[in-house]
Amino acid sequence: MAICQCGNPVEDPKQQQLDAVFAKYSGQKGALIPVLQEAQNIYGYLPTEVLEQISKNLKIPFSKVYGVVTFYAQFHLKPRGRNIIRVCLGTACHVRGGAKIFDRIRTELTIDDGETTPDLRYTLESVACIGACGLAPVIMINDDTHGRLTPDQIADILAKYE
Amino acid sequence: MKSLMDKCCDKCQSTVENQCQGYIKCRLEGPFCHQDEGCKEKRAAFLAGINIPAGSDKKKILICAGTGCISSGSLKVSDKLVEELEKAGLTGQVKVTTTGCHGFCEQGPIFIVEPQHVFYTRVQPEDVAEIVESHLKNGQVVERLLFHEPSTGQTVLEYNNVNFYARQQREVLHNCGHIDADSIDEYVANGGYLGLTKVLSGMSPTDVVEEVKKSGLRGRGGGGFPSGLKWQFTQQAAGDKKYVVCNADEGDPGAFMDRSVLEGDPHSVIEGMLICGYAIGADEGYVYVRAEYPLAIKRLTTAIEKAEQYGLLGKNILGSGFSFKLKIKAGAGAFVCGEETALLNSIEGLRGMPRPRPPFPAVKGLWEKPTNINNVETFANVPLIFRKGADWYAGIGTEKSKGTKVFALTGKVNNTGLAEVPMGITMREIIFEIGGGIQGGKKFKAVQIGGPSGGCLPENLLDLPIDYDSLTQAGAMMGSGGLVIMDETTCMVDLARFFLNFTQKESCGKCIPCREGTKRMLEILERICDGQGRQGDIETLERLGNTIKSASLCGLGQTAPNPVLATLRYFRSEYEDHINEKKCIAGVCSALLTYFIDEELCKGCSKCAKVCPAGAITGVVKEPYKIDTDKCIKCGACIDSCKFGAVKRG
Repeated sequence: MAICQCGNPVEDPKQQQLDAVFAKYSGQKGALIPVLQEAQNIYGYLPTEVLEQISKNLKIPFSKVYGVVTFYAQFHLKPRGRNIIRVCLGTACHVRGGAKIFDRIRTELTIDDGETTPDLRYTLESVACIGACGLAPVIMINDDTHGRLTPDQIADILAKYE
Repeated sequence: MKSLMDKCCDKCQSTVENQCQGYIKCRLEGPFCHQDEGCKEKRAAFLAGINIPAGSDKKKILICAGTGCISSGSLKVSDKLVEELEKAGLTGQVKVTTTGCHGFCEQGPIFIVEPQHVFYTRVQPEDVAEIVESHLKNGQVVERLLFHEPSTGQTVLEYNNVNFYARQQREVLHNCGHIDADSIDEYVANGGYLGLTKVLSGMSPTDVVEEVKKSGLRGRGGGGFPSGLKWQFTQQAAGDKKYVVCNADEGDPGAFMDRSVLEGDPHSVIEGMLICGYAIGADEGYVYVRAEYPLAIKRLTTAIEKAEQYGLLGKNILGSGFSFKLKIKAGAGAFVCGEETALLNSIEGLRGMPRPRPPFPAVKGLWEKPTNINNVETFANVPLIFRKGADWYAGIGTEKSKGTKVFALTGKVNNTGLAEVPMGITMREIIFEIGGGIQGGKKFKAVQIGGPSGGCLPENLLDLPIDYDSLTQAGAMMGSGGLVIMDETTCMVDLARFFLNFTQKESCGKCIPCREGTKRMLEILERICDGQGRQGDIETLERLGNTIKSASLCGLGQTAPNPVLATLRYFRSEYEDHINEKKCIAGVCSALLTYFIDEELCKGCSKCAKVCPAGAITGVVKEPYKIDTDKCIKCGACIDSCKFGAVKRG
């Protein structure tokens, strides 16, 4: 339970959800990765305090938890943008000009691979393949796939995501 | 009866706890335990509703809802169709089914009218009203939405006559795109779980292993290890607890067949795993799916729930005493987890780093228990072997590679998508007949096979019959079956750099040859592409590549140099051009290119000067412009903007 500035305990809905996750996986083997995944779904990223709680609850040393978090590309230690842009740079997209799309987004948003805009509107990531090779070159913004792209379409597409 | 899986009447004694051995057959031809024409008719009517017989006045529309078609807007098409059918009063006559991937993603959204097999492509919501009015109501096919064969330019009415499909042998994919993946009824109506029925009604685990060995099935994930032998090792390993694991961590860029099977026919993977579990003596299984495939996870979750609901997963399956439970583990984004021992570590909640082998997973796998790991496509082959027989299966393919293989055809080819062909077919047939040739009439240069672990084949090897062994001999590898087609505008050095950049980033860092070796190779390749190549670079690449291959711990490192070594083998002159002549004939490596304006062709329109971000182009209107090569940043914007083809690169 979180403590309010006035000293009174308050209900923290995110904490309650996290506690429910701990209860769900209590005693299960190999629970670390699913717990991290669900915790990240709740918070949007993995703050240090959450990792500390996970370490304590699953009885896994903090160093090991940190090791797993930094090993997998899916886990994030910093807050992320409201809109996640995934630019596919897989083979099929590569030979059909995926890099040009990526460059255009970098110039439009003036951020680099893995970075987030200061207003937390966009996070930019390159990915190896999203398996929509038939539509190459492809990007994904949140859950929407945009395919058969040319660099000139980028500005309009980005503008749609607030 | 709400579902084909339900009992026909109260005389049926089969329950989830005490299931009838003939449960599945009974759904298709039953009832067997009592004579009742009414019950038989009910079952037959249900089946006719699923697979509409030719000549029926009813119709069924198949709309592809695979990831490719969904991003082309297929769900909006489906919603619109339901709405239009209602308006036209055809709801009872026409059944709308959203299916998994048809494999022809390029032409999505795919829209098929059954039982006539009429094949519409790239259908948009605004086309739907016309299809309903003209075709479904008045029987007039909408000509303009039919597929145009790129080689002949002619329209094709039925999908089975489209070259892309006609040349394939769809066995593993036979349900993909033709059934509703969320419906266990449709799977069973098309022969699903009959393989399992055969296994559980009298075959011993050893019989099952022998049958798989006889079929000649080899692992479809890359290595091509004989599956029956793998099963036998796990079966013979001592242990009170054993596991079956399905590797669905399809990470190779350019490969999406496993995703399509999971999205289009998830029960076939469950059935394959059940048969494997029975054969090796396991009662628990895991499917490790990569997190980038949310739709596959969703469909598989539904399929597992349905199988549990009807007693095909759980205790005492089909009354045989065999019990099996299945769980899904979502990956967390690491390519190396496609390696089987790294995958096991990941399921256990650890960093996905490979373990030294031996001991092999068959002896010491998940939580140190004997474990059999196969990939999605391999498991999806298993039900077929039991339903149609090992002899039938072994009759397809070449001497040492049996059955079919699904290839993901992408890159500069006209028809991108999934193609399932018998082993032993030539690359030329796949690219030029199924794939419809090279885009834009350009010249074929090479095909990259097997993703970052594979190699490339040049034009003179196009007639090589494809199987595991011929590809390995040619310096490539079956891998997962990704085929990326390249034309004359692809630079092979740049391609090798691209793959190495990928494997280098994905190297887990555990063993030195892979961690350090790939980094050094990448540095050299980047230098060559930047025009800084030196004498001796090629030899160093070869030496490093061979060392990494022989000294790395796992499959990732052992195969990482393949794209470099294969391009060196077949396209060595391109490397030499880059190093000695500082030339990139494909026009890709920008550091090696200069841009100039052909004075004869330039009309002096000033468009190039306006788009040039570096201000490198100057001139007087209506006179030829000039590029200052010192200022030019080689972005190519001028080439794209020139209407007269006056800007040249060389």
